[in-house]
Amino acid sequence: MAASEDNPILDEFTRKEYEFGFTTDIESDRVAPGLNEETIRLISEKKEEPKWMLDWRLAAYKIWTEMEEPDWAHVDYEPLDYQKICYYAAPKSKPVLDSLDDVDPELRKTMDKLGISTEEQKRLSNVAVDFVMDSVSVSTSFKGTLAKKGIIFCSMSEAVRDHAALVQKYLGTVVPVKDNFFSALNSAVFTDGSFCYIPKGVKCPMELSTYFRINESGTGQFERTLLIADKGSYVSYLEGCTAPQRDENQLHAAVVEIVALDEAEVKYSTVQNWYPGDENGVGGVYNFVTKRGVCETRAKISWTQVETGSAITWKYPSCILKGDHSVGEFYSVAVTSGAQQADTGTKMIHLGQHTHSTIISKGISAGRSQNSYRGLVRMASSAEQGRNFSQCDSLLMTDTSGAHTFPYIEISNPSAKVEHEATTSRIGEDQMFYCLQRGMTEEQAIGLIVNGYAKEVLNKLPMEFAVEAQKLLAISLEGSVG
Amino acid sequence: MLKIKNLHARVEGQEILCGLSLEMGSGEVHAIMGPNGSGKSTLASILAGRDTYEITEGSIEFMGVDLLALDATERAVAGVFIAFQYPVEIPGVSNMNFLRTSINSIRDQKGEEPMPAKDFLAKVKQCAKLVELDGKLRDRSVNEGFSGGEKKRNEVFQLAMLEPLLAVLDETDSGLDIDALRIVSSGVNALRSAERSFLIITHYQRLLDHIVPDRVHVLAGGRIVRSGDKSLALELEDKGYDWINEELAQ
Ligand SMILES: Nc1ncnc2c1ncn2[C@@H]1O[C@H](COP(=O)(O)OP(=O)(O)OP(=O)(O)O)[C@@H](O)[C@H]1O
Ligand SMILES: [Mg+2]
Repeated sequence: MAASEDNPILDEFTRKEYEFGFTTDIESDRVAPGLNEETIRLISEKKEEPKWMLDWRLAAYKIWTEMEEPDWAHVDYEPLDYQKICYYAAPKSKPVLDSLDDVDPELRKTMDKLGISTEEQKRLSNVAVDFVMDSVSVSTSFKGTLAKKGIIFCSMSEAVRDHAALVQKYLGTVVPVKDNFFSALNSAVFTDGSFCYIPKGVKCPMELSTYFRINESGTGQFERTLLIADKGSYVSYLEGCTAPQRDENQLHAAVVEIVALDEAEVKYSTVQNWYPGDENGVGGVYNFVTKRGVCETRAKISWTQVETGSAITWKYPSCILKGDHSVGEFYSVAVTSGAQQADTGTKMIHLGQHTHSTIISKGISAGRSQNSYRGLVRMASSAEQGRNFSQCDSLLMTDTSGAHTFPYIEISNPSAKVEHEATTSRIGEDQMFYCLQRGMTEEQAIGLIVNGYAKEVLNKLPMEFAVEAQKLLAISLEGSVG
Repeated sequence: MLKIKNLHARVEGQEILCGLSLEMGSGEVHAIMGPNGSGKSTLASILAGRDTYEITEGSIEFMGVDLLALDATERAVAGVFIAFQYPVEIPGVSNMNFLRTSINSIRDQKGEEPMPAKDFLAKVKQCAKLVELDGKLRDRSVNEGFSGGEKKRNEVFQLAMLEPLLAVLDETDSGLDIDALRIVSSGVNALRSAERSFLIITHYQRLLDHIVPDRVHVLAGGRIVRSGDKSLALELEDKGYDWINEELAQ
């Protein structure tokens, strides 16, 4: 097919402005840029945190100062200046809300554009939304229904104050402070995020959902999420994000920890659509995320992600299959176009006996982007009869994009079995022509073919998310065959 | 409705069509026969707007417009449909989703509202019945794992759903068993109308027993070398293509 300079339509679409590139005019209460002990004390003070939290942060900061930024991922970027980042920004209007009607009209507009407006809420009718703007939660709903079941779903800041025992018991147990450079940084400066606790034997009656969004120019986002599913409980958690257009790079270094106690099941779904930068990648979000869950006996954690945004993505949602008969799953679609770079995958650490894991990864690369799958499957010596199945497919939309697969397999138990399949294909010109002949436009044809390719993963998303994700895939790849 | 004049087309430096001319009126059924590699599928692809072929000379007029000025999508919207010789598979895309996208895209480009789900389902039912398409095939991914005959039947099913003005059937009969041939042919016959024309590419007279053509053309060496009524097909069946080549040589 024709190169992009020969095709004005293709050109127009690839340079199409970021659909969600808008900003909201809300005054922010922000701390001066820079990172030192003082900054951390200030954050802690602003959030009215107990002393143990401050001490925890300071210890993390000390660890971070002794660590070095990793450079092993297949991504390339200018070194970040951590002293230029602003570590705290809170929207000034911070009302206590009972219903959506009380939300600041500016925020309502933002939510409209994000597709989580009242109409969306109606459509999602059964979803409790904890909307995170910059670093402080501004809107929570369905609290009552959840409270009746004993479910706690609140912002991290609230949890630190009101559910200290749970936070203290689990925070940093799945992703230790010193796990990596970014987890240490997050531990020191995290400003908000979500906390969720599902009591013993309780099936959460609705999808829990959080929308993240960076809004303050140059503000790093350091979300911290802690999700605890007590014995025999079930929860499906949705996280979606999209960010406004910016010219400065914005660091996003979130940490998500999941604890699935005996026989608990957690589904964690993400749609990630941070601003990817302009056609040269300038101004896009750096998304360096650490997500990990630990499964006790017969527990199950499923990670499903649709990654379309960010200039750089560095992310490996992982499962530690500690308990016998526990199950870990990872379903991922990662789309890169323009100058985007993604290095993403998972780690499945099998410790218990009869532990099973499944990895389905679908990479789609367009433009000049680089898309890497990096996955580790480790069968410890204790992982008697451990099983893993991995399938990593790559779809190339252009000659100039790259797809890479880095599977690491470590087996220390002879009864364990690991299967790995990988394919790389070009989007079929014949398929495209077939669709065009049936009256579809080029964008519709791409959307259809790509969604078909990613179907196995999209099917794992909750219904209401799947529809959005499909649209997102099509939008992300408009006019990108070349 | 269709006027092809002195069409020359090449691919990879090789001339495949060299001076092909053909005229069809509305509601007519024309058959094209011809040896392997003579350019029949190439003609179908060119009508559909595949850009791998370079048109070096000639013109195509369809319903009064210059077809060559339209891209593939626009031609489909204008009412050109190809039942492909080798239908492609699209994994993960259900036949239903494919057709709904297709129908609504065409409607959208014509400035019409999307087809209501109820109407769509009713139409699916009616068209599937027309070619006796197995219900299971409707819900499977487009052509994925379909047998050769099932793929051909699916093409005619799509034809029925999309209601084009010009339907080109490229060897739709090959791969069909005897019963299927009868069913698909009667389906096609049911779709015949005063507005809709068919260009039927085939190697076998037996299809033309079922779908009786108004004209039969022989395509050889990139041109229409002979045209006649339905008896020409019988003659070809009987004598093969050699006699035409011999006559041409004289
Ligand atoms: N994309 C292409 N690249 C190179 N050669 C091509 C291409 N398309 C067609 N040809 C050549 O053009 C000629 C005509 O091909 P075409 O498929 O139109 O024949 P046909 O009449 O449909 O044959 P059959 O009866 O076998 O289906 C053949 O020699 C074929 O190899
Ligand atoms: Mg052919």
